[in-house]
Amino acid sequence: MSDNREIIENGLWKQNPTVVQILGLCPTLAVTSTAVNGLSLGLATAFVMAASNGAVSPVRHWVPREIRNPVYILIIAALVTVTDLGMHAYLLALHQVLGIFIPLIVTNCIVLARVEAFAAKNPVVPSVLDGLMMGLGLTFVLTLLGGLRELVGKGTLFSGIDLAFGPAAKQFVLTVVPNYHGFLLAILPPGAFIGLGLLIASRNWMESRKVAAQPLPPVALAAGH
Amino acid sequence: MSESVIKHALSTAGIMIAFTVVGTLLLAYTFFATREPIAKSEAQARMALFRQILPESLHDNDLLQDAIKIPAGGELHNREQTLAYRARLNGQPSAIILETVAPDGYSGDIKLLVAIAADGSISGVRVLAHKETPGLGDYIDIGHSDWIKKNFDGQSLAKTPDDAWKVKKDGGSFDYMTGATITPRAVVKAVHGVLKYFADHRDELFAAPAVMEKAA
Repeated sequence: MSDNREIIENGLWKQNPTVVQILGLCPTLAVTSTAVNGLSLGLATAFVMAASNGAVSPVRHWVPREIRNPVYILIIAALVTVTDLGMHAYLLALHQVLGIFIPLIVTNCIVLARVEAFAAKNPVVPSVLDGLMMGLGLTFVLTLLGGLRELVGKGTLFSGIDLAFGPAAKQFVLTVVPNYHGFLLAILPPGAFIGLGLLIASRNWMESRKVAAQPLPPVALAAGH
Repeated sequence: MSESVIKHALSTAGIMIAFTVVGTLLLAYTFFATREPIAKSEAQARMALFRQILPESLHDNDLLQDAIKIPAGGELHNREQTLAYRARLNGQPSAIILETVAPDGYSGDIKLLVAIAADGSISGVRVLAHKETPGLGDYIDIGHSDWIKKNFDGQSLAKTPDDAWKVKKDGGSFDYMTGATITPRAVVKAVHGVLKYFADHRDELFAAPAVMEKAA
């Protein structure tokens, strides 16, 4: 039970793929122009990560070390293609917005990293949980970054939500700042770098405050001498 | 020794092949299972776009079944072969939907879809794809402003003489927004071009036999 708790904490916060491990920056920087884009690509990646961890874990004893990388990549690529075709069939508008970044989930190193570092050594249930939580940690950061850029750049939140959840969801689009003239920098790629930098910095700041609040363990004092 | 190496290599290759076969089967199954839904939702999306630029009262045929191929290049500047869809009312040609490219946008090609009524007037224009600067040149996109509607709906070669197919800044009759003139200039030029193309080829466009459209 405590193991699962640790997996969840690692994925969402302690080992967050984007702001701690700084992995998979290509989609992070490219698609986070709105909150909905970030959320959608994050969820698609989380699905692929849970599925690929779940697929690799049961066959982990059968895969010889020499060919583990091609086999893992094969499994990941197949699952990404299945996701890509599924979205093309049932979420066409969203598929067009995310475009090339769905097939590119294959090259997102966080997917292979979790397969290699976790699923190849652990049973199925924790592996699926790990993939899902790492994916959700990624989703959380992508959505946050997308939301920030959208808010600063366009003055709205959740624009394009109807592409992901059907026309009925259109009412959830928030115009936070009416008649906003936009701040182009946030929408363009440099905005993604600056926004991600701010997110990493604020996470580090929160962690350092947490460390400072704790009394120093006696071992550390002894080691000082 | 060498025998065991060969044996090991063979079993490794066998495992790799087994995974490849399973992966291929999974992909083949998904491909066939999603082929129909993909074709269906693409056709729906295309019809939804057509309805924006072509009133349904203007045709009673199935547009997707009455397409002809337009080769790449030529006056329409398309990078690849496109399909033109013909609208007919009671068997008579009523409108055509053409794709064209404005190759001289601010950043790259602007892909346009233009519906022209049989009398040569524009029924509607939409931007299919563009890479113009967000917040500046992207007002040509219907999602950002109705510039494209206000300026082109009902336009024709008869209504606007050739030398007025320019933005107002260049002495023509089309609106533009300060700070982004290159974008509308390119769009105006491309729409003018597609109208001239239609005027030159009207009869052959409507007379050519339809091609059967295959699922993309």
